[in-house]
Amino acid sequence: MGDFIGERSRQILFASWQHFSLVVQCLILATIIAVLIAVLVYRNKALAGIANGVSAIGLTVPSFALIGLLIVPFGFGVTPAVIVVTFFAALPILRNAIVGLNNIEPTIVESARGIGMSRLKTLVSVEIPIAWPVILTGVRISAQMVMGVAAVVSYALGPGLGGFIFSGLSRLGGANALESVIVGVVGVVILALILDLILLGIGRLTTPRGIRV
Amino acid sequence: MSDSKISSSAASENTVSGASIMLQEVTKTYPGQKKSAVGGLTLEIPAGSIVMFVGPSGCGKTTTLKMINRLIEPTSGQIVINGEDVTTMNGDELRRRIGYVIQAGGLFPHMTVASNIAMVPKMLGWDKAKINARVDELLELVSLDPELYRDRFPKELSGGQQQRVGVARALAADPPVLLMDEPFGAVDPITRQRLQDELLNIQSEVQKTIVCVTHDFDEAVKLGDWIAIFNEGAQLEQYDSPERILANPASEFVENFIGSGAGLKQLTLTRVNEVDLVDAITTTPGKRASDVLSQLQGSGRKIAVVLDSRGRPLRRMDRRQLSRAEIIEGTYDPDLPVVGEQATLNDALDTMLVASAEYALVTGRRDVFTGIITVQTVMEAIAAANSSMDDHHEAPVGLNSGAINVVDIESEPAESGGEPA
Repeated sequence: MGDFIGERSRQILFASWQHFSLVVQCLILATIIAVLIAVLVYRNKALAGIANGVSAIGLTVPSFALIGLLIVPFGFGVTPAVIVVTFFAALPILRNAIVGLNNIEPTIVESARGIGMSRLKTLVSVEIPIAWPVILTGVRISAQMVMGVAAVVSYALGPGLGGFIFSGLSRLGGANALESVIVGVVGVVILALILDLILLGIGRLTTPRGIRV
Repeated sequence: MSDSKISSSAASENTVSGASIMLQEVTKTYPGQKKSAVGGLTLEIPAGSIVMFVGPSGCGKTTTLKMINRLIEPTSGQIVINGEDVTTMNGDELRRRIGYVIQAGGLFPHMTVASNIAMVPKMLGWDKAKINARVDELLELVSLDPELYRDRFPKELSGGQQQRVGVARALAADPPVLLMDEPFGAVDPITRQRLQDELLNIQSEVQKTIVCVTHDFDEAVKLGDWIAIFNEGAQLEQYDSPERILANPASEFVENFIGSGAGLKQLTLTRVNEVDLVDAITTTPGKRASDVLSQLQGSGRKIAVVLDSRGRPLRRMDRRQLSRAEIIEGTYDPDLPVVGEQATLNDALDTMLVASAEYALVTGRRDVFTGIITVQTVMEAIAAANSSMDDHHEAPVGLNSGAINVVDIESEPAESGGEPA
């Protein structure tokens, strides 16, 4: 085991970095998309219901099946990987963003409008900042979940630690096969912990004292 | 609001910075509803006065209020502020020129007190130094120490303090008109009375046009220069001064709304500053107690009042306390019976009863001590008030077009529609 890690330390570090970077970039993209969709639908009960339904059903789609389907139009490589990770990452964020925006006291929005803030200004300066802790909780849930998804999408020859897992599993019983799988799995878990700590820190820094619980 | 304005309003001649508001045949009909929430309401709100909208819940008083700043767009009719028709202008720009206060202040929880107050000036593009100075000035105006409260968040304030910040935020850009929607509904009775007193003190400094919705008739009598009593569909039952409404209810509806205790309402009509106050021996922390005691004995008074550096009362001391003490201490007594000078005699009596004292300390602008009111003064004032009631005055215009067929604002005599003169 020690030899395995020692010999391939550069390769492992590089794959870890790629894995981490894929997840972080997809998370950022997913947050933007999810908040945008939430903003569009949260005032309309029917639309918000549909969005919540899509979010719930979407999470039941096996990521392995989705990546398989996406290989057909997009081929192997980074594109299908990014699409799948972003898709799964967006779902919990969308759900939390809708809940967060809907739970703001109507009187706060009314007073924002009452002192002459436009619809957009109210959204940007009042509603999203107040909903932010809830949205960020969604981001943390997403981050944990898509760390695993990102490993699966390596099947489509995307970047990341998934490569170690798949190559190990395909020649199970052979030399270093188990070590390869373990390195992949443990690496994903460690990355997930690191990212969660970072997000926790971001939460502390970006949540004003007035709405911290 | 500049210093010059304060000093000029402190003199007997007040500068009115408020604007007149005219609602002309304003109607609001919600889609899918046959009956209008507000039906053809014409209402004149004189500049610099406080007009109270009262009525049972669902009568359309809040809808009417929100149509003035067009949070609710009227279905038809015009809103004219200071001669300018604002019915079609940009609603957001209009609202930046009109202060708006709702229950519990409606503060933004993620912003500090200072950023809450600075919101409108920022939108209007004021520079930073001017905004900061304005924030401190407003906190002083609503009796909150800027040093202590500027950087706090709303959740770190009491209900009454939040409401004060709400008022400060509404006044930030010095708007001529202030709209208040049940502003004191969410606080306890004692805090409510203090906030009402403070609003009256602030109003005597700023002289805005204030429109305030309430369901509490006593509050309307206390705060209002004029009271508009609404029935369902914002049908105006009576629009007149509190004295006249109490003396001559225009309809059975008004009579029922006022309630049976109209005789005692005299207590609500007379203000503390309309009666003679007793002077008091005052002192400041750090003085020798024996000096104050001899002063007190010389004057025949029972208590001395300890004031802070700004003349605000801290505590009272009777002869026994003075004889025990060596140096006057500056600790604040939270149970001190204090009323604002614009409080009603009703409030004053209440305060005395709560504190089991036969007197209350009276404070004026910015909580500065002005004198002492005693139970005897209150009793004498009630007797005097009952014997004198003036009935020479003109009420502003207010009517529903449904009630009268032709509405001609120009030629309409200055009487309320619900009230045959």
